[in-house]
Amino acid sequence: MKITVNGRSTDITEGMDLNRLVHSGKTNPERVILVLNDGVVKSDQWSLTVLTEGDRVEMVSFVGGG
Amino acid sequence: MDDKLLIAGREFTSRFFLGTGKFGNKSAMKEAIIASGSQLVTVALRRIDLEDTDENILSFIPENTTIMVNTSGARNSDEAVRIARIARDAGYGDWIKIEVINDSRYLLPDNQETIKAAKILSSEGFVVLPYMSPDLYVAKALVDAGAAAVMPLGSLIGSNQGLKMRALIEVLIEEITEVPIVVDAGIGRPSHAAEAMEIGADAVLANTAVADAEDPPLMAQAFAKGVEAGRMAYLARMGQQRATARASSPLTGFLYDE
Repeated sequence: MKITVNGRSTDITEGMDLNRLVHSGKTNPERVILVLNDGVVKSDQWSLTVLTEGDRVEMVSFVGGG
Repeated sequence: MDDKLLIAGREFTSRFFLGTGKFGNKSAMKEAIIASGSQLVTVALRRIDLEDTDENILSFIPENTTIMVNTSGARNSDEAVRIARIARDAGYGDWIKIEVINDSRYLLPDNQETIKAAKILSSEGFVVLPYMSPDLYVAKALVDAGAAAVMPLGSLIGSNQGLKMRALIEVLIEEITEVPIVVDAGIGRPSHAAEAMEIGADAVLANTAVADAEDPPLMAQAFAKGVEAGRMAYLARMGQQRATARASSPLTGFLYDE
């Protein structure tokens, strides 16, 4: 199943939820802010949010800036 | 001395704001924030990938520090509004530095798009501090749009050139009395910060000059003192500049007068 993560087409397995997506890499999940199809999903909702074909996910974080 | 800065109902005893970009490591950034005494810092919002192992910047910002999210990366008002909404929905407050930039060489803010974003975000309850090119009409429009402060650039971002825009900033200081004027960008030395405060700016925001220093915490402290000295000089009301000398010692009773 294909979704878009940060503008890139990405293959994921059926039934994948946001919590598993975030934990599939090395990033500290506490840093992550997830935007699913234009709305922020709070971390306590990640495991309840199952991804579907064509979803657009933005994975963002606060970084240093002036 | 009771000289607090008030922005959107929040009191600041320090008039020095610090950006968190470009620090070699987050511990140095934290030490610099503490050394600066700054009560407001800016952060940016960026995409990260799943392999990004960087630390969480928010855990290096001292408690009780106001975090203001900038909209850097936004090329128009829509993008700035989107960044602000994400920051707020993520639970990180509603203080936003509006920064809309199209031009990658000079990084000059797009004043018109900035006004548009200020209108929208203010109406949604954000506390907006727009970064702008100093222009009186734009500053007035930003005040009308609900800006909590106006942040004119001293000179180009990261250029360390100081207060190149001085004459135009002085106009804003004179004419914009409804909200504080915060000089942002290009402030390269503590003396530049002092100069901005001497002419009556309400606060100064710096980043590059502190982050690029060999000893960022020491430089942060130097900037804080520059801001404080400039503020005190402004409040003390400085004497006028003159084209000719005026003796400091009495001009009578010279020892060798005949």
